[in-house]
Amino acid sequence: MLLIDCPSCGPRDENEFHYGGQAGIACPTGDMTDERWAEYVFMRDNPKGWFHERWFHVHGCRTWFTVERHTVTHEIRKPR
Amino acid sequence: MTHPDFLWRNPDPKPAYDVVIVGGGGHGLATAYYLAKNHGLTNVAVLERGWLAGGNMARNTTIIRSNYLWDESAAIYEHSLKLWEGLSDELDYDLQFSQRGVLNLAHNLGDVREGRRRVNANRLNGVDAEWLDADEVKKFCPIINVSDRARYPVMGATLQRRGGIAKHDHVAWALARQADAYGVDLIQGCEVTGFEITGGRVTAVETSRGRIAAGKVALAAAGHTSVLAERAGIRLPLQSHPLQALVSELLEPVLDCVVMSNAVHVYVSQAHKGELVMGAGIDAYNSYGQRGGVHVIEAQMAAALELFPIFSRARVLRTWAGIVDVSPDASPIIGPTPVDGLYINAGWGTGGFKATPGSGWVYAHTLAHERPHPLAEPFALDRFTTGALIDEHGAAAVAH
Repeated sequence: MLLIDCPSCGPRDENEFHYGGQAGIACPTGDMTDERWAEYVFMRDNPKGWFHERWFHVHGCRTWFTVERHTVTHEIRKPR
Repeated sequence: MTHPDFLWRNPDPKPAYDVVIVGGGGHGLATAYYLAKNHGLTNVAVLERGWLAGGNMARNTTIIRSNYLWDESAAIYEHSLKLWEGLSDELDYDLQFSQRGVLNLAHNLGDVREGRRRVNANRLNGVDAEWLDADEVKKFCPIINVSDRARYPVMGATLQRRGGIAKHDHVAWALARQADAYGVDLIQGCEVTGFEITGGRVTAVETSRGRIAAGKVALAAAGHTSVLAERAGIRLPLQSHPLQALVSELLEPVLDCVVMSNAVHVYVSQAHKGELVMGAGIDAYNSYGQRGGVHVIEAQMAAALELFPIFSRARVLRTWAGIVDVSPDASPIIGPTPVDGLYINAGWGTGGFKATPGSGWVYAHTLAHERPHPLAEPFALDRFTTGALIDEHGAAAVAH
């Protein structure tokens, strides 16, 4: 089980959280095409290494926040 | 003591092949086998970073079924199931393919409606399917707790009698032996580190054992597909997750069918050797770590005990995880990519084992004819742009 550092509550067990996937996905603006929409809805980075991702402290303070986690070692650090 | 004969050679890579398959798991080996058998293509290499069938092929829960809701899925998985039915004879190897029946349990009215709908859809697609009420479930599998006092009472189940299990290692070994006999080079300890792309067309792969020229390159790398595709400049709608499973100690025969439950999220069978094999849902986060959280195992065992109180004194022998590549609609992606000559077969997520022969069959056809096999056509990469998704998330099973 991961130990995730909630910005409000401090380190808490992973099963208090809901995973939100890749961080920094902004809703596109301006002229929309099928390709841009597909990119926004479906395409995500899937790196073997450091990954910026969202977590939701659903069974705690209900804050969404971003961490940087390594997808092999599972080490978590403050996002850089 | 002499070592028994090896089932396949252990060749060094040649400088060039007509087709290079990246990934020596079940799908890669099946693809190589059908390339040779169905299409006469034998100047083929299967490149495997580790050892043959040491990834998800060694880590799955071996369940085989074809009772998917949507026409496109039913067609490809049923094709696969029909191949399974003749595969032991064809490969001259006992795959311990056992059509012992697969139950998909319903625990609430929504499940019941979905299950009955799926039974009808399956029958219209020529897939055998039956609806059992709770009493019939109890008759079919006496150790299931069908008490209405259960936290998630069993209200019925779909049954596919032709579904079952097979011995995963035997499947890999049999396919490898036959592919090798056709002259396919199975090259282990050979990691693909990059692609040589000239004028938009792939011409070679760079590997830990040097450059290998290739007429066509076929990815069959499951959880590592995104990593490889990125090296070819291709972005895919895949996310890699750990999928955990466990086995108990060896027990006397106690469970003679496969039982799956989406609502409580566990699937169970008893292997020929005697261990109970149970699978869980994916761990929520992206990972390539081949391990997952204990709380996922705990939830999975709690679900199993709810269904099978008799298992309460069985002990866990070991748990493990494989890395599965999950697509947005829980259906595979098969076919060409934006790079000419580079093909993809990925996104099988949590359910790739059952598709092993069917996947290899359609992928080999796609490679040989340079256009998608009719059964693979709906599973093209462009469906995420056109919107023609094959949404099997709720329909067939989250766990599959």
